[in-house]
Formats: sequence, C-alpha cells, structure tokens
Amino acid sequence: MHTLKQQWFGNIRADILAGIVVGLALIPEALAFAFIVGVDPRVALYASFTIAVITSFVGGRPGLISAATGAMALVLVNLMADHGLQYVLAATVLTGIIQLILGGVGVANLMRFIPNSVMLGFVNALGIMIFMTQLPYLRGHDTMTFIFAIATLVLVYAVPRFIKAIPAPLIAIVVMTGIALISGVSLQTIGDLGRMPSSLPTFFLPDIPMNLETLKIIFPYSLALAIVGLLESLLTSQVLDDMTDTPSDKNREARGQGGANFLTGFFGGMAGCALIGQSIINIKSGGRGRLSTFTAGVFLMFLIIVLGDIVVKIPMPVLAGVMIMVAATTFNWGSFKFLKQAPKTESIVMLITVAIILYTHNLAIGVVIGVVLSSLFFVSKISRVTVTNDAGIYKVKGPLFFASTTKFIESFKDVQEKEIIIDFRDSQLWDESSVGAISKVKGKLEEEGVAVTIRGLNSSSEQLYEKLL
Amino acid sequence: MKIAVAIDGSENALRAAKHAITLAQHFPEAQLEFIFVADYNKAKDERLLSQSEESLLLKRKQKVDPVLELARNAGVIAKLTMLKGDPSLEIIKYVNAESIDQLIIGSRGLSTFQEMILGSVSHKVMKHVNCPVTVVK
Repeated sequence: MHTLKQQWFGNIRADILAGIVVGLALIPEALAFAFIVGVDPRVALYASFTIAVITSFVGGRPGLISAATGAMALVLVNLMADHGLQYVLAATVLTGIIQLILGGVGVANLMRFIPNSVMLGFVNALGIMIFMTQLPYLRGHDTMTFIFAIATLVLVYAVPRFIKAIPAPLIAIVVMTGIALISGVSLQTIGDLGRMPSSLPTFFLPDIPMNLETLKIIFPYSLALAIVGLLESLLTSQVLDDMTDTPSDKNREARGQGGANFLTGFFGGMAGCALIGQSIINIKSGGRGRLSTFTAGVFLMFLIIVLGDIVVKIPMPVLAGVMIMVAATTFNWGSFKFLKQAPKTESIVMLITVAIILYTHNLAIGVVIGVVLSSLFFVSKISRVTVTNDAGIYKVKGPLFFASTTKFIESFKDVQEKEIIIDFRDSQLWDESSVGAISKVKGKLEEEGVAVTIRGLNSSSEQLYEKLL
Repeated sequence: MKIAVAIDGSENALRAAKHAITLAQHFPEAQLEFIFVADYNKAKDERLLSQSEESLLLKRKQKVDPVLELARNAGVIAKLTMLKGDPSLEIIKYVNAESIDQLIIGSRGLSTFQEMILGSVSHKVMKHVNCPVTVVK
C-alpha cells in the first residue's frame, strides 16, 4: 500500500482533472436523489460535498467516489414521508455510528459470505426501483414532459460516441435545458423542488426529541442504511481494486463511510455511500489518488454555489431522462444469461432477492434474506454424504456434520456382515453431531453383535473424535 | 519482426490468432505476442457475474487460454500481455510504444450493442496505430 503522501499527491494533474469530471457527473444524480427522497436539493448536494471530502481523508480505497446515492435515497423515502427532514438527518448520524462500529469489528471480512447472486439481486432491484421512481415522467404527464425525457435519454446514449471527455448526462442537461429556455415551454423545474444552496453547509444538531421513541423510529432505517451503504461501498472498492490492480483496506473504508455519514448528518446532508458509476468514471478519467475524490466534492460545491441560479432552471423531465439511463446502467443485463447458466439455487437466490426488495421496498431486507437463503442452499449442497458397502468395508464420502448425520446413520440400518470397517478416508468430521453419530452407529451395531472398526480418519477428525469420545 | 494479436475471447479473435500463428510459422525470426485488454467498461458487470476475485481471474484466463494453446500446439513461442482500460486506447498505446511491426485483429468483438454506441475497436485501432494492420474476418 502506498504512503499517505503518494495517495494524495502521487498523481496530481490527472487526479484534479478526473475530480472535475466526477464533480460534474455527481450533480444530476444528487439532484435526482433529492427528488426521490422528497427533500430540498440542498440536502443531497451538501451530502455529496461533505461525504466526498470526508471520505477522501478517511476512506480506505483511494479514488473511490462517495456521495449521496440512489440506494440510500430509496431507503430514506418512507422516513422522510412519515417523519420529515430532521429525522432523516438524525438517522444519517446514527448510520454513521453503526458503520463505525461495524468497521471497527471488521465487518468487511464478512463480505466473503455475500454471494454474487445476492449482489446481482441487489443491483438489479436497485436499477428497477430507480426506474420506477422516474415512471411518472413517462406516463400521465403532458406530451412535452414525455418528449423532453425521451430526447434526453437519446442524447445521453448518443453523445459518448462523439464526446468522451465530458460526462454525457451533463451535456444532455445543458442542451435540453437550453432548448427548454429558448423555446419557452413550461415544464416542472428543479427550482420547484426547493432552493439551491448559496453557501457552504453549516454545523447544527438535528432538531429531534432525544428519547427512546426517536431511537425506535430511526434505528431500523439507520441499520438498513448502514448495511446498504457498506454493501455498495465494499462492492465498489472491489471493482476499483481490480481496475487499478491495487489492494485496499476494506475495514478502513467501512469506518470511513461511517465517519462521513456521522458528520454529514450534522451538516444537513442525507446518508450516502460509494457510487459505482462515478467511481468508474473517476478511474477511466485517470483519477487514482485521494485528491481526485477531494476535488470532486469541492468542485461540485463550487459549481452549485456559482451556478445555482442556472441549475434551478433544469427541467425535471430532463433529469428523469438521465436517471433512466442511470437505472439501465445499474441493472446488470448479463443477469439473464446468468439465470440460464448458473446453478438453479443461485438463480433462485437472485430472483428471490429481487422479489423481496421490490415487495418490501427495502434493499437491506432483500440482501439479508438472500444471504440466509444462499447459506441454507450451500449447507444442503455440501451436506450430501454417501456410504457405499464393498464386502464389509463401508466407505463414507462427504463431510459429516449436523446436517448430514441423519443420512449417515440411516446407511447402517441393514448391516448383514458380522464384522465391518467404516472408512472415513473421503470424509471429514466437523462437529459434536458427527462424533455422536459414529458412536451411535457403532454402539447399535455392537449391540447386534457386529464388530466395528473405524479407520481412515484424517488428523483433525481424529483429534475431534478422541476429544469427544 | 514483432507480430501482435489483439484478443478478447471471441471467435473472431481466435481466427485472428490462427492467422497470426500461421504467419509466425513462416517467419522464423518473428516474435509473436497476444494482447488482452480487460475492459474498464465491463469491470462492474464482470465482478458481479463472478463469485469472487479468484473466479474473475479464472474467467479472464479462460478467455486467453485457447489462443495460447493454439500457439503451443503449432510450436510457436508466444508472449501474453494483459492490460486494463479502454480496449482501443490501450491497444493503440501499447502497439505504438513497443514498436510492433504488424498488428492482427479480429473484425468484430463480443458485443454488437457496444459497438453501436462506442464504435468498433478494430476500426479505431486501425486509424491510430503506426504499423500495418491485418483485420481478420
């Protein structure tokens, strides 16, 4: 791992340029996420600024871009609707505390236990949900709204063919906003949602009653936010590790996310996490160091303060067009092929994760159930144990543990020989149940007058056997 | 003479490799090299579709292995270079920096949809490398 100085100043020119590109790319999404939650655009813009700047110092993965995100926004929707902004801010602070604790106890090591079928379910449900939030712009509204959304979408996909240095969504927004202003059509704009920030965020305590009742309201949201945020951040870290061929400290990243959310809540921002799309844009634009993330946050804030009066004129359907592209990029289109090729249990886990998230509107619940389900499938898969009898030598194949002992015991129901050998060369004893099962089989057979010899235990199985018997 | 082949695990790339191997067999002094670029644009999806970091690396290896085997069976010594980034840009940068004498490339890669949006890799590479290019159909 590089020294801190290298992480900051090892790539100055490219980091600043990439940071500027990412800063530009962050704006449309931050605005749209504010709209999804139903908060003032400032809440998302302040969040993107503070989270990016703080994680640039304390994160574990240089070059990772964290800010307000769709995944976190979707978790916050109900809290905002039921209890208002102050609770959203308090939940953000608590999310930070939970993530700091989880990072402290090494939660990143648990990432190994989240199979990619669950991650696929997560991103696919996320893509679908972001798309659904934009649906009102594709139906029900007037024709002009529809036309602007579609035209933006076409531009977003067509522009990269010709211009690569500037993020396509930004070009689409500038062009479409220009058309809207010149033609004078009346469309809902960002300005209708709330005011733009005209200054840097300031520190204040969320205005909530400090009691158990409040904690009861925000804790479930904070826990969900903590899980969702860590999941997306650690996934993004892995992708960047691979792209840059450099390792990163995932537990430090978890704590960094926690620190950023904790402070962001006090600065009037909503919870956020790493953005996969923006982080990839950063790497593609040459960003590698912490300076790129820092620049992205600062440049975003600078632009908003300077250009706030213009930003409020962006028509909402234009933003919707951009978000439909974001939804399509979030969705993993390779999943259809995955469904055909992957083992059936993995496909089921993926589909159930998606279904639960879409049903509960809660990304965290889907992930937790997906992980539990895949663990059960895994246990049942490896709990297959076979016993074959070859002239009194009973060969056991497969691991022996609490889930496979029943099958093992049943295999000795009908022993004809007077003398048998049970061979464990292709097996492994894992727990008390396995030793118990052997002693049960042995005891019962000896009662029936069959002599039983145990052989072929490997050394760790032998140790367990000796210890427990 | 340095002959380089850009490969990506597609049928076209395999044909390009076969052509390059035949060439190398006729030029005993030729040095054959395969270039594989892990595409940044696919980094996220590849990670999501792999069980773990190790399985991701295995999948990449499986994309280059058939080509390496072709060379081995033909008795041609070949070098493999793995790069990461935008495929066309990385190929152009590498071919020009390493003074490759002859680049061989498949006419079309894996994804037609991506070509529609970003343009074809072979077309772009052809325009910007400083050496003769053979596009294999």
